[in-house]
Amino acid sequence: MSSAQIEIQLIASLVAVACAIPGVFLVLRKMAMISDAISHSILPGIVVGFFITQDLNSPLLIILAAITGVITVVIVEYIQRTGLVKEDTAIGLVFPVLFSIGVIMIAKNANDVHLDVDAVLLGELAFAPFDRLEISGVDVGPKSLWIIGFILVLTLILLTAFFKELKLSTFDKGLAATLGFSPALIHYGLMTVSSVTTVGAFDAVGAILVVALMIAPAAAAYLLTTDLKQMLVLSVLFGVFSAISGYWLAHWLDASIAGSITTMLGLLFLIVYLFAPSKGIIAVMYREKQQRTEVSLLTFLLHLKNHDEVNERHVNHLYEHINWQKVRAKNVLELALKNNMILIDKDVVSLTKKGEEFTSKAIDYIITNEDSQIEDMKDDFFLFRG
Amino acid sequence: MDIQEYFSLVFSDYTLRTITLGTAILGAVTGMLGSFAVLRKQSLLGDAISHAALPGIALAFLFTGAKDSNTLLLGALVSGLLGTFWIRGIITKTHLKSDTALGLILSLFFGFGMLLLTFIQKQPNANQAGLDKYLFGQAATLVESDVWLMAGVTAICLIVLLLFWKEFKILLFDKDYALTLGFNTKTIDILITSFIVLAIVLGLQTVGVVLMSAMLLAPAAAARQWTNSLSKMVFLSAVFGAFSGVFGTAVSASQDNLSTGPVIVIIAAIFVGVSFIFSPIRGLLFKQLRVIKNRRDLQLHKTLAFMYHIAETHEDISHPHEIKILNNFQGYTKGTLKKLVEKDYVILKGSTWSLTQKGFKSASNLYNQLTSSNE
Repeated sequence: MSSAQIEIQLIASLVAVACAIPGVFLVLRKMAMISDAISHSILPGIVVGFFITQDLNSPLLIILAAITGVITVVIVEYIQRTGLVKEDTAIGLVFPVLFSIGVIMIAKNANDVHLDVDAVLLGELAFAPFDRLEISGVDVGPKSLWIIGFILVLTLILLTAFFKELKLSTFDKGLAATLGFSPALIHYGLMTVSSVTTVGAFDAVGAILVVALMIAPAAAAYLLTTDLKQMLVLSVLFGVFSAISGYWLAHWLDASIAGSITTMLGLLFLIVYLFAPSKGIIAVMYREKQQRTEVSLLTFLLHLKNHDEVNERHVNHLYEHINWQKVRAKNVLELALKNNMILIDKDVVSLTKKGEEFTSKAIDYIITNEDSQIEDMKDDFFLFRG
Repeated sequence: MDIQEYFSLVFSDYTLRTITLGTAILGAVTGMLGSFAVLRKQSLLGDAISHAALPGIALAFLFTGAKDSNTLLLGALVSGLLGTFWIRGIITKTHLKSDTALGLILSLFFGFGMLLLTFIQKQPNANQAGLDKYLFGQAATLVESDVWLMAGVTAICLIVLLLFWKEFKILLFDKDYALTLGFNTKTIDILITSFIVLAIVLGLQTVGVVLMSAMLLAPAAAARQWTNSLSKMVFLSAVFGAFSGVFGTAVSASQDNLSTGPVIVIIAAIFVGVSFIFSPIRGLLFKQLRVIKNRRDLQLHKTLAFMYHIAETHEDISHPHEIKILNNFQGYTKGTLKKLVEKDYVILKGSTWSLTQKGFKSASNLYNQLTSSNE
């Protein structure tokens, strides 16, 4: 590994960490799309800053762009307050317009600007190590490493200092306000940090892919845990993992590093989405199927309880009466047998003592409108579940 | 070329005519379908879909090597639909909220698309020069067959819209009722979403993935301000969209170095801005005027009521009183007094005022029939 490669991976990892932290709060506060809006709309800020400074890495540029980001949020919220359009429409209207203004500004000055839109959208991490920061003639490393490092340190300081406030206002705005934390201050603070991070990351991974680095690790972590601290740690880990593995994917394919990092994030999210223990799609579908079977079982047992006549309790009759397909009926019958709820004698089904007990209790709960209690009852009575 | 020249050339020049027609049709169809997206609170879906279409374009190119726009757009359609249904999957099956799902799919698909695009660019045999245009769109690359395709899709959209108008409408405003009436809401839902995806994909070549969502939203958001009726809104939105397309093309053709997509978006945004401010019922300007008028009326009534309470204490209601005593009363101004005189409620004589019969009557009924005097 050459030193340039190490530096690229280092920058990518720092960007991933710096994005993951505000990303967690954006996802929890249901403001994920705001990051998309900010990442687009900082373009005019960057362009204006670039006209003034002629340097893509100047601090003024970052400040101007961050201000544009906050202005975006303010405009979006103003439009939302007028009530003329629904909330999400306001976001969708504001950022394309600001982005268009940026694109037009670049296009009109294309001849004397070393800034093209592709670079803004994509960034070019591969060139980052060539832009060195020199302090009194000594090379101290790539410029973007210092910028993103500074932003990250700032984010970490703010996170530790205001962790309690952030946590409270994220989960219970009302309580936070009564306790005297200004929700507006925290809100705009978070927006400012997101804007600054977006700008800082933009020249490494590009404006749009910042969104991926903010949202995807947080979303994946949210599927795995409900603890805020764990979620933060997990998303940082996910971010760093995809940054480094993404770099090697890009190296192997000879393609855009930012694109590869996002692709790795996508794969990571897909895996978590499918296999997360309790919230993954497979777990959810399994649970839904189990619940369906259990509801069928309950219906079936109650049906038996209601009917003493032999013909109502004949196996074949059950198929048609309850209107289940054969397979499902068979499953339910087997489950009931396994759980010792029923007896089958010459194709006539009858409840066992345990079955009687279960159904009378269930009916009691249903009559008294405490249906949710049945869920606990299942734990007591069922040896095998659906 | 200035704008006048553009309009004189637009009917004779082949390229200009094609592009203008293309952007106009595109604006109309996106405006039409955008109304549904906006009303269904799916405004940002357009953004997500247009970004999600990018890997489809790249993959279609990788597999077929074709550069003709129909093949690429088919790829875009497939990947756009895939993105849409994944978003649905995330929202319905997990506890992640819709904004997270949208942002996720948008950025992940787009990133993957960029990976593929850069990968294609490095291929030795790549005649890939055309793929970049899908990022920001290049209306100049529209040819007649593209316009025919757009016109065809627009016609199909229109027919389906008219056929299922009732179903769309009821699904839009009262989904539960639609369900109880026995409509297959799922199918209608998928139908309308697919059409939105289709419209977005059509616009990719002209406006590009990044700005496509504005084409969908802006005309609809503008149209929404002028009417409360769905059919009028859809119609207006189509008109706004078409005009943004035409004007955008005109402006960008009349200047150098101006790509069409961003200009169309800005023109559409101007429509939105004007509608926000000047629409008679919902507009900010008239709303503000109404607030001011209401405040004035209220002050007028307050002053009248105050006068009434003074006049009440006298046998003769038209007994004159000094104007000075009104000075301490909050809400009293010279203007309100003048207005009261104009309305014949009060007579001024020198530095005194007295209530007229009419004024007294109106003041005593003030709380009963506030509306009748509130013309």
